[in-house]
Amino acid sequence: MSAEAVKQDDAPAEGSRDWRALLREIAESSALVVVMAVVASMVIGGLLIIFADPDVSDAAGYFFARPMDTFTAAWDAVSSAYTAMFRGSVWNYSADTFAQQFKPLTETLTMATPLIFAGLGLGIGFRAGLFNIGAQGQIIMGAMLGGWVGFAWHLPVGLHLLVAVVASALGGAIWGFIPGILKAKTGAHEVIVTIMLNYVAANLLAFALSQDAFQRPDSDNLQSPIVDTTAQYPLILGSSYRLHLGFLLAIAAAIGVWWLMERSTWGFRFRAVGANPRAARTAGMNVSFGIIAVMTIAGALAGLAGSAQILGTEKSLTTGIAGSFGFDAITVALLGRSRPMGTVFAGILFGAFKASGPTLQVAAGLPVDIVLILQSLIVLFIAAPPLVRFLFRLPTPTNEKVVAA
Amino acid sequence: MKLELKGITKRFGTFTANDAIDLVVESGTVHALLGENGAGKSTLMNVLFGLYDADEGEILLDDEPTGFTGPGDAMAAGIGMVHQHFMLVPPFTVAENVMLGHEQVKGPAKLLDLAAARAKVKEISDRFKFDVDPDAVIEDLPVGAQQRVEIIKALSRDAKVLILDEPTAVLTPQETDELLAIVKDLRDAGTAVVLITHKLREVQAVADTITVIRRGKVVGTAEPTASQEELASLMVGRDVSMTVDKTPAEPGDVMLAVEDLSVIDEDGIARLKHVSFDVHAGEILAIAGVQGNGQTELAEALLGVVPTTSGTATLDGELLTGKSIKETLHSGMGFVPEDRTEDGLVATFTIANNLILDLHDVAPYAKGMALQPRVIAEEAEEHVKQFDVRTTSIEQTAGSLSGGNQQKVVLAREMSRPLKLLIASQPTRGLDVGSIEFVHKRIIAERDNGAAVIIVSAELDEVLALADRIAVMYHGEIVGIVPPDTDRDTLGLMMAGAHEEAAA
Amino acid sequence: MTATLEAPQTQEPEAVVETPKSWKMPILLGAVGLISFVVFGLGTPGGTETRFVLSQKSDALQIPVWHAPAQPFAIAATLALIALAGLSAWASANRRKLGVWLPIVYGVLLVFAILMWAGAGKSSTSIQVTGLLIGAVVLATPLVFGALAGVVCERSGIVNIAIEGQLLAGAFMAALVGSAAATATGSSTAGAYIGLLAAPVAGALIGLLLALFAVKYWVDQIVVGVVLNVLAVGLTNFFYGTVMKENTDLNQRIGLPDLPIPVLSHIPVIGPVLFDQNLLVYTMYVLVIVLNVMLFKSRWGLRVRAVGEHPKAADTVGIKVNRTRVRNTILGGAIAGLGGAFFTVASGLAFNKEMTGGKGYIALAAMILGRWSPKGALAAALFFGFADSLREQFGIIGTSIPSQFLAMLPYLATIFAVAGLVGHVRPPAAENQPYKK
Repeated sequence: MSAEAVKQDDAPAEGSRDWRALLREIAESSALVVVMAVVASMVIGGLLIIFADPDVSDAAGYFFARPMDTFTAAWDAVSSAYTAMFRGSVWNYSADTFAQQFKPLTETLTMATPLIFAGLGLGIGFRAGLFNIGAQGQIIMGAMLGGWVGFAWHLPVGLHLLVAVVASALGGAIWGFIPGILKAKTGAHEVIVTIMLNYVAANLLAFALSQDAFQRPDSDNLQSPIVDTTAQYPLILGSSYRLHLGFLLAIAAAIGVWWLMERSTWGFRFRAVGANPRAARTAGMNVSFGIIAVMTIAGALAGLAGSAQILGTEKSLTTGIAGSFGFDAITVALLGRSRPMGTVFAGILFGAFKASGPTLQVAAGLPVDIVLILQSLIVLFIAAPPLVRFLFRLPTPTNEKVVAA
Repeated sequence: MKLELKGITKRFGTFTANDAIDLVVESGTVHALLGENGAGKSTLMNVLFGLYDADEGEILLDDEPTGFTGPGDAMAAGIGMVHQHFMLVPPFTVAENVMLGHEQVKGPAKLLDLAAARAKVKEISDRFKFDVDPDAVIEDLPVGAQQRVEIIKALSRDAKVLILDEPTAVLTPQETDELLAIVKDLRDAGTAVVLITHKLREVQAVADTITVIRRGKVVGTAEPTASQEELASLMVGRDVSMTVDKTPAEPGDVMLAVEDLSVIDEDGIARLKHVSFDVHAGEILAIAGVQGNGQTELAEALLGVVPTTSGTATLDGELLTGKSIKETLHSGMGFVPEDRTEDGLVATFTIANNLILDLHDVAPYAKGMALQPRVIAEEAEEHVKQFDVRTTSIEQTAGSLSGGNQQKVVLAREMSRPLKLLIASQPTRGLDVGSIEFVHKRIIAERDNGAAVIIVSAELDEVLALADRIAVMYHGEIVGIVPPDTDRDTLGLMMAGAHEEAAA
Repeated sequence: MTATLEAPQTQEPEAVVETPKSWKMPILLGAVGLISFVVFGLGTPGGTETRFVLSQKSDALQIPVWHAPAQPFAIAATLALIALAGLSAWASANRRKLGVWLPIVYGVLLVFAILMWAGAGKSSTSIQVTGLLIGAVVLATPLVFGALAGVVCERSGIVNIAIEGQLLAGAFMAALVGSAAATATGSSTAGAYIGLLAAPVAGALIGLLLALFAVKYWVDQIVVGVVLNVLAVGLTNFFYGTVMKENTDLNQRIGLPDLPIPVLSHIPVIGPVLFDQNLLVYTMYVLVIVLNVMLFKSRWGLRVRAVGEHPKAADTVGIKVNRTRVRNTILGGAIAGLGGAFFTVASGLAFNKEMTGGKGYIALAAMILGRWSPKGALAAALFFGFADSLREQFGIIGTSIPSQFLAMLPYLATIFAVAGLVGHVRPPAAENQPYKK
């Protein structure tokens, strides 16, 4: 087929770069697609809010008598929702003190921490061609092991935190290693195995919490003792904010992952295995080892997400310790296109969504689940740039970039 | 039925695969479409068959314009096509494949009438003495039989125009002769046959009319009486030498010794059965045979991609079996896989990165765990120059290169290590003549440097041009090793399983 | 091109190459057998009995309660397990293949031994065999629908990870429309039936989205599926928290009545298990049979399978690949949506947040275990349903096995299965590959 011989001509002719070309380049850029995807999702979210709003439906009842009432009610519903989200996640302009105004932003970063950790791990997997759905279970295992070291061991300041963090990473790593080795040795599909391991981990956690070793002595609820202060991540902005050292660790991890994937021989191998395992193998790379290493590293990063929960935010193990971070992290990694920088920004965006939940509920009377809708719509739109371009009538780029899963 | 193409143009992006092509095929004739790989023959036929939409031009059947929107329309109009890559569903039976798309149903529940399909297959198979079992599963059939299924498929739809796309690529010389005989039978029965090929011998044997295509354009027509040289220069656009320049081999000591090697695949089928042979330093051993007779497994077993169940291979006194692929490559083996896009290259990686797939973790490309991008780029520039890879930048992805340039990247990588043994499988498959000449020159240079060379090729022309000795494989065994001046008929019989003494 | 060459006749007999022996199966069976012998065989106290109740009071023919001497039966069953492992080892040594009967018999014996052990000496409770089996069928129902949805999509080459979302959407829609209809008609039964009709629409809509992104925009199908699950959770939670909360009439407890089939439902054990169920379960029986026939014996099935295996080949014979895929994905979504009705109207429950609880993923596993066939999916789903039912039964009689470990059982079984113990499974070849011309 002669199509193979098609060459891409990506060097534009000299001198052709007038302002028109510049505009066109902006219009074609994937950054614009990302922005438009967010806009489109918020529009759809807005429509849902309007649809579900009782005031709007009341006003719609007499739409033909006073149509403006419907529009006003709709506008009120949407604007109160989105301003609540803004106040809950970025800047609470209606608060009294600066400290309180500033607090939402720190909450956003706190929520972003586990998302970034787990998203980084999943991103490595995606680039190595492994679809790891198992971050949830890996977070649980990380939180379990790290939490146990945190409350059952008593070590000196500094050392205790270090050991607890390593234990979290180890817990997650084990839960990543299992699907890794099964995939490498038996070909078991990692999607199925990781899904199953999520349930196994959740049941293990429930079992552990029902045992004396994990049960808080003075409590009737299923919860563990609080981890020692020596094992907690220090708060980096003082005791009035929940933001802890884990966030900085997540940023450091992002830089580390960037180096690993772009500048190290291991990353080269991971990427080769992901893009074409057969060619990688023919060139002498150990594909099995690559799969196991990637899954183990991804698990360790998800385990660190667990550490952010147990040693930073929650401090006590409950059945809900992992929240939905493991699944949200999938969308984070997809939105961040599996790149570390992208994952950090996507993590912060979705962290903001999560942080805005309580305010959304209190101030706008909306269930927090609207953020799940926004989250999934954004990822869907970004995965399909032609759809976004179609919706906003943007020009099709001459050189369509393939969207990496 | 008369078929006429008028001014067909087909573009892929900025690339024009077919440029205003005109073609007339009369019923009861064989029309050969001659052109080298990448000339645009297959694209043209895919347009005709409704798989691609033409950007310009029209297709006329018996002077009536057609408006095919898909292959279904083309078939309904009486056009049948045997694709180069067979369009058969591997887990289906022959009967299921033949009925697919125009199934007969029976009974109140309208379930498939498999009996009717079987009878149809049987009838056509008997008429042309195809010997095809309607209940055989496609993936268990040898390629020759699969091709016969494809022909049955076309004939079962009463094709008046039959397009054969590179039909002899997978056949032995004798099977080729038989196919050409069938083509003549079909022609005599009134079918219009379009034969797409780059093989001059076949064209001369069977064509009534010849149209030559080069770079998407019709460059001329020729009579079947034209000489091979004339046809070749018309096809390539310059004079081509029909032979490869090479001095007689000066074999040294045994470099590779293979003893009793066997391979069983995942499904438990023996693909390589107790194979033993030697290759000497400074000689080219060509492995001939119809595709799927264990050649791939032999090459992959030597590299260590597929596990062996018995036997040993020793390279320059060092045992290869049991080594990892990496150790084998580092002990002096160069390996050019038969499918470069599947096994040779990472299409989304840059040329520079593809050039270090094997050596990315050793000096000078890496220090410890850190890659050295500057060194990688410098070396890549050097390789691209040496191997004449036509590209604008080493940062282009390998997937954006043409087949010939991709193969040059693979060769550049595999020849960048000091080689004791080079294994090249189908080294020129799908390449244009210029690239073929380049690849052949490089392989011979490697031999002259003292490496042992194994060429696996389904093209008998290539085997005869390069080999110092020829080993013929059939059903996972080497049926004989013969000198390079062995005649084609003997080789053909050996490719069908006859032992050397019996074939000669 | 007949084989007119005389030459091959002079060929020597073909060399024989022996396949290596595989010991995976006997080792696993042996290990499980030995552990069972120690734990369930020797672990059952001597001189106790386990009571098996085989009949329900309503049955026409009453079978007396079986008082089984627990220890001898448990020991005999576990010894039989070890014997089966030995048989499997003998087969491996001789490179023979044993049929699928071996793992089935093994499983039945294992369950029998566990039941003996669990029920031994419990004077107050007994093993309710009928209840156990009814539970298995009922709990398997959403899994069967989900797995069939997967089969219909994947056979055409579209991976459907969104089964979970389709079940959830179906459950939601059945409750919403059913409740509204119940209010409008004043009959909760009528409402339930109308809800049952609405459920597939919701699933089909999610299928449509999956098809749109997978077929038109070539997005990775696993990605779309995962994201659609999140979207389904988001949407149903959102409307549950707004519309349904403000208007409780829109989320009532309505239920499909059981429709005992005359005569058949009075057969002991089998009757109540199979023939005293609601319409959704009967629909399931029909669907499994119809799909199994259609997929392998009809024109539609042949074309769908061709599209899933080799889309280009299908295209060259005039089959519209993408149209087939879109249709199947929507159909699959509708089937899963119908299965979602199980959670609400077929169980007599109101809708609740995330009430499908991951059953869609288990259905996916059932589809794989069932090797992409409706029949196999049914068997695998029944296995999962049985494991679930067993857990409930053990919860009633009380055992020393922590319930969390019993809950893990289906997941662990799935992992073992996909790790190759059920043999080489091969998905449709063109799965997750967009068809581009």
